[in-house]
Amino acid sequence: MEIQKKNYKLATSKSNPIMCRAVPGKIISIDESNPDIRMAKINFGGVVKDISMMWLPECVVGDYVMAHVGFALSKIDEDDALLTLQLLDDMGELPDLNS
Amino acid sequence: MKYLDEFRSSQSVAALAVQIKNIATKPWTIMEICGGQTHSILKYNLTEYLPDNIQFIHGPGCPVCVTPLEMIDKAIAIAQRSDVIFTSYGDMLRVPGSATDLFSVKASGGDVRMVFSPLDALKIAEQNPDKKVVFFGVGFETTAPANAQAIVQAKNRNLKNFSLLSSHVLVPPAIEAVLSSKDVKVQGFIAAGHVCTVMGYEEYIPLAAKYKIPIVIGGFEPVDILLAVSQLLKQLEDGRYEVENAYSRVVKKEGNILAKKTLQDVFDTVDRKWRGIGTIPMSGYAIKNIYNDFDAEKIFELQNIESPESELCKAGLVLQGIIRPLECPAFGKECTPEKPLGAPMVSTEGACAAYFHYKTFDK
Repeated sequence: MEIQKKNYKLATSKSNPIMCRAVPGKIISIDESNPDIRMAKINFGGVVKDISMMWLPECVVGDYVMAHVGFALSKIDEDDALLTLQLLDDMGELPDLNS
Repeated sequence: MKYLDEFRSSQSVAALAVQIKNIATKPWTIMEICGGQTHSILKYNLTEYLPDNIQFIHGPGCPVCVTPLEMIDKAIAIAQRSDVIFTSYGDMLRVPGSATDLFSVKASGGDVRMVFSPLDALKIAEQNPDKKVVFFGVGFETTAPANAQAIVQAKNRNLKNFSLLSSHVLVPPAIEAVLSSKDVKVQGFIAAGHVCTVMGYEEYIPLAAKYKIPIVIGGFEPVDILLAVSQLLKQLEDGRYEVENAYSRVVKKEGNILAKKTLQDVFDTVDRKWRGIGTIPMSGYAIKNIYNDFDAEKIFELQNIESPESELCKAGLVLQGIIRPLECPAFGKECTPEKPLGAPMVSTEGACAAYFHYKTFDK
């Protein structure tokens, strides 16, 4: 199929941080000593950064969050992500893709 | 990386491309608001996966691009002072002001530092009590809460030497400005996923109803963007105009309530000037008077700076989606990423720079 032949490249290089880009990372530890800013160590694909968790009080170690310029903004909804991926998987099995 | 690689899968992209081809029976023009999405669309060459009857117009959602020239000139005036350490996100350093840019100020001895977070700027202020530390807080609703929180933290920590040069703009009034233009071509919007992460999407519901235009919230990975395109096309083909969320693993309807509270505590909503576009009513944030001691514009008395914009640069038309970057007579000639005339050629999020980097263009 024509679409599959097109050269689709995965991003391999780490691009510069872009202003409105938030990135997913996993909470490694949370420092509760200063509740005013509630800093956490978050692992972004191997790079660990200090991020404030002050706007996501419900989050715990092991959760995945989206963070932007030093602040976590949203907890990633795991069930929702899996549902989307399942949907995409099912779509990938459409018969016309293999024709 | 979890929650990233899955949404860059070439198999999913191909499956979505087939689905989109099957949905779209008529020609449609859609706009992605956010510069981050523009960057993804061109980086991953997503237009190649769309049928010819679907056209993307790139929206004004690049904070670097729409920051008014006089705000850049104000930043430069502050950064040139010997008693100041000027801190900024990296994107702003190369943006041309009327006479120079922040990188050149640094090269000629100014203390200009790139930071990744306003919290880094606060740290610099704590470490340098004899200097005035100014943070150039630029951004849309995604970035504004962090910039606002820097002021709250400075006040709580009793930091007397920290201030914010604030230039914040808002997405919904920009959508309204695009739709009110008599040359409007846009038939559907992909709303900016990370703006909605903070703000939620309730404020888009009246916009969709008023202008009878579908709005779908989209993420930034190739799969996320094509998912949003597919939902948008379904609505257009059905004649519906609703607000839908195609980025629900991250975006909740109400957004992040605590981050929104920080915005309300620190900022008032005011009329704002957008570079290349002009003033849009109630389209930005100004620091509340109770935080005057942390407002760089008030501390440094910069009211007299006024800067006319280049006549050759068609950034305003590009940012409103009226012309595409390639249609600007200066594109790739007088205006390149090395020597940019206007801000969309500077920022990695800018439509012109993205075209220059990723698109093979005909002269």
